[in-house]
Amino acid sequence: MPDVVLRKTVSSLEEIYHEGGPVSDTPLRRASVLAIISNPFAGSYVTEIQSFMEDLKPLGLQMAQKLLDMLGGPETVEGYGKGSLIGEGGELEHGALWHAPGGYAMRQLLGKANAIVPSSKKVSGLGARLDVPITHINAAYVRSHFDSMEVGCNDAPRADELAFALVMTTGPRIHSRSGGLEAWQIEGEDGLR
Amino acid sequence: MTKIRKIAVNVEETYIEAGRDIAPPTRKAVAVAVIENPCAGRYVEDLSELMETGAELGALLGRRCVEALGIAPEQAESYGKSAMVGENGELEHAAAILHPKLGAPLRKEVEKGAALVPSSKKMGSPGQVLDVPLGHKDAAYVRSHFDGIEVRLNDAPRAGEIMVAVAVTDSGRPLPRVGGLTANEAEGKDGLR
Repeated sequence: MPDVVLRKTVSSLEEIYHEGGPVSDTPLRRASVLAIISNPFAGSYVTEIQSFMEDLKPLGLQMAQKLLDMLGGPETVEGYGKGSLIGEGGELEHGALWHAPGGYAMRQLLGKANAIVPSSKKVSGLGARLDVPITHINAAYVRSHFDSMEVGCNDAPRADELAFALVMTTGPRIHSRSGGLEAWQIEGEDGLR
Repeated sequence: MTKIRKIAVNVEETYIEAGRDIAPPTRKAVAVAVIENPCAGRYVEDLSELMETGAELGALLGRRCVEALGIAPEQAESYGKSAMVGENGELEHAAAILHPKLGAPLRKEVEKGAALVPSSKKMGSPGQVLDVPLGHKDAAYVRSHFDGIEVRLNDAPRAGEIMVAVAVTDSGRPLPRVGGLTANEAEGKDGLR
């Protein structure tokens, strides 16, 4: 069973007060954690890779907890997302290993989080930026909470590395006014509406 | 009062460098504020408003870095500052923010700070990288602490904005071995050695 070898983490916190419109008393906050680890499968085609998902669970929980610490606890969180960057020695499928350990870690610590965690992934070189998609944690159709946050690190991912990201936000886009399902209208039971 | 649109704080922690464990990990924080440039689009002779902004941001961003690192102020080891001016501004606007008044309040946040705060400045556009230079806070010749940290925001600086960054670390490079004055040997009285 391969070890999770962590080389580096990058955590980011954004606070957005306005974007040309009225200044909000409570800024929108977006937090991300990017963990850069060795890719145990880089350089060759490995058929059985799924056991690595189990190995990644503690890392997922640590990262999700870090986000909650940055934002002030589960009750402040309204949006989330996840993503993977795969160094050039790996394959896109390695990035997919993050779906279960990354997504379920956030949902476990948030308590009620019924919506699927949106995601993005790509193979890339050093310094690549990944736009991590964000949706409402309980109802994927809430239009005000569709957002994204850019993550990246200038010296990662190296060819034999993976960079896994988790992202959480505290609310809608700062000047949300495009209609659609609003957060106060949702039932939040089916994860969609 | 300076009109802040956005604040972002990034923390990098390096656990492994060149295959070697770094324990405790080296840690660097950079805090960046995106502000309205009150002098954009015209020539303004007296830049004192921007100088006051520099004082405000030196304290605010320095404190954000120290908080993000979770350290006591005296545990800060190196620092740096930078600004990137959107296209309707002027390079001199960066100088007005960074040089006359930003340093003193920053030094209060990191305690002491006998050394010059290393700096960089440039004109730029949204998404452009700003490299913030780093040097030991009490003795500029400490070779192990010459470093830098990159910061970029995909949506800043807009044409009428300025991005102002302050970086603080609690450590030098992960594997310093190019000699010179060490942190232990530094007296930290004249800001140089």
